[in-house]
Amino acid sequence: MRQITLSTAVNEAIAEEMRRDETIFLIGEDVAEAGTPFKITAGLVEEFGTDRVIDTPISEPGFMGIAVGAAMTGSRPIVDLMFGDFIFLIMDQLCNQAAKTHYMSGGKLNVPLVLRTNMGATRRSAAQHSQSLHAIVAHIPGLKVAMPSSAYEAKGLLKTAIRDNNPVVIFEDKLMYQDKADVPEEEFLIPFGVANVKREGSDITLVGTSSMVQVAEKAAEILAAEGISAEVIDPRTIVPLDMDTINASVRKTSRCIVIDEGHQSFGVTSEIASRLMEQSFYHLDGPVIRMGAMDVPIPFSPALEDITVPTPEGVAETARKLMAGEMYHV
Amino acid sequence: MTDAKTNTEEYLQMYRQMVRIRSFEDQANQLYLSAKMPGLTHMYSGEEAVAVGICEALKVTDKITSTHRGHGHCVAKGADFKQMFCELLGKEEGYCRGKGGSMHIADQSNGNLGANAIVGGSMGIATGSALSAKRQGSDDVTVCFFGDGATAQGLMYEVMNMAALWSLPVIYACENNGYSEYTRTDEIAAGSITGRAEAFGIEAFKVDGQDVLAVNELAQTLVARCRKGEGPFFIELETYRYHGHHVGDINREYYRPKAEEKTWHEGRDPITNFGKWLTTEGVVDQTDLDEIKAEIKADAAEAVAYALDAKYPDQSEVDMHVFAETP
Repeated sequence: MRQITLSTAVNEAIAEEMRRDETIFLIGEDVAEAGTPFKITAGLVEEFGTDRVIDTPISEPGFMGIAVGAAMTGSRPIVDLMFGDFIFLIMDQLCNQAAKTHYMSGGKLNVPLVLRTNMGATRRSAAQHSQSLHAIVAHIPGLKVAMPSSAYEAKGLLKTAIRDNNPVVIFEDKLMYQDKADVPEEEFLIPFGVANVKREGSDITLVGTSSMVQVAEKAAEILAAEGISAEVIDPRTIVPLDMDTINASVRKTSRCIVIDEGHQSFGVTSEIASRLMEQSFYHLDGPVIRMGAMDVPIPFSPALEDITVPTPEGVAETARKLMAGEMYHV
Repeated sequence: MTDAKTNTEEYLQMYRQMVRIRSFEDQANQLYLSAKMPGLTHMYSGEEAVAVGICEALKVTDKITSTHRGHGHCVAKGADFKQMFCELLGKEEGYCRGKGGSMHIADQSNGNLGANAIVGGSMGIATGSALSAKRQGSDDVTVCFFGDGATAQGLMYEVMNMAALWSLPVIYACENNGYSEYTRTDEIAAGSITGRAEAFGIEAFKVDGQDVLAVNELAQTLVARCRKGEGPFFIELETYRYHGHHVGDINREYYRPKAEEKTWHEGRDPITNFGKWLTTEGVVDQTDLDEIKAEIKADAAEAVAYALDAKYPDQSEVDMHVFAETP
């Protein structure tokens, strides 16, 4: 099968959907000729023109609000938010407007829009360009949240998001834009709320989101060499969240570590760990362990930044302790 | 006064719609005072000529966005009393199945994109609606209603900039009622309000918001120009809210003198003054107007009785409509 980068996969998904449905347009800062700083949308303006690939001023709340209004009136906008950190600028339009319109109108109005943005530290971009803020969005009812872990997921989930009649926020890990994966030439979609068992195992379950799936897979390799069989699960969307697959795995392995790049406190790791405790408590042989980003603003210095996010070695070390029962005494 | 609408039926339609808003608000206020309505509500009484003058210049498919003080816009864009009172009381038959209430009331089928309880929160929505219309090649116009208080929100300047850059068919209608909640507008607004739109190259107008014919004439002109691609436009409508910020804001002399309220009630009431004009011009006589008022008052009372008896949504609806179905 051919391999393409995550960046190309996103570009293909947008182009295919825009060819299929004329109500779709792309809006954001430098999405047209510049193709975004990451060159993800390069070439789209040449095919679809400036009516459908719309450059905006640096006015995140403004163009997000415009997208919400357009979505309520027959358009299907794809909003490009250059950095995930800027989500704080658009919180009213995303959380008070887009998320609540369908509900507050008693189901009469829809907001079919996609907000594409990014996440991920270790790019030496400091505290305002390195955050992973998906948990904040996932907290608000009415928003769906997808977290692709490779080019394959990026394409399939984005196409599903564009066809969804609700606001969907997609967080792409900005360090993965040039990572390649097998992506079929023929059309495919990945349904929301269906987790992917990336690797089967019997001793411990590693649930990872976005780039933490790769971290979990590398940790599983390390552990395999030591005779520990780890199962790796990628939920792919955190809203909706496929607890059936995660519960089934944990009931089989009886141990679990949840790995996510958002801050550890009040985050995705906490949510999944809590649900496991409520739903699979009597199947567990040890506590469910959370591994998120440290609860500090992301520092600039490489010496500091690299220790703020989970690593394969760190996950493997935690897994060893959990297997040995040492986690009971933390 | 100027001539915008020129036949008796159109004049009476505007008169009726203003009386309908006043009657609706009188009933809503009573529902609050008699503790029959959950929560609070913000009265539109006194500002009727703004919503009616503008909405009578619109087609059903034209869009509006409304505010926390939104009952007037909702009535003026064609909503029905029964479903509105049902919404106010949180009943299943309300326009939003009781999930919105006073601050989110809207008859979506008439192009009302919702009342917004975030001050200035709908400015992006209105501008996006205009972007949809332009992209779809329709000649629909969107009117964004907001108050003087919302001119202090940054979103307004971001979206006016884009509306002007992209020549969008949107009219920003600033209802300047002199007060930003409990604070005089001259204490929160520096310089000129219309001047802010003009800074983006948007043609801006000031009009007496108590004169329904003046409002309607200006709206007709600007809506027609929007349909030809000459938008966006900005209107500042000088008006007055008779009640406090909300129905519970009763002792308000600390920020607004009673003498000022009296001056507006007695000299600048939009319904009284339009009624006088209609009789002076010989369009109708006072008996006709009294009949209209009595008929609407009875309609409102009947709708209230209906809504009070109507059933609440089943509790199973609480998690319905969080997400829309995707086929």
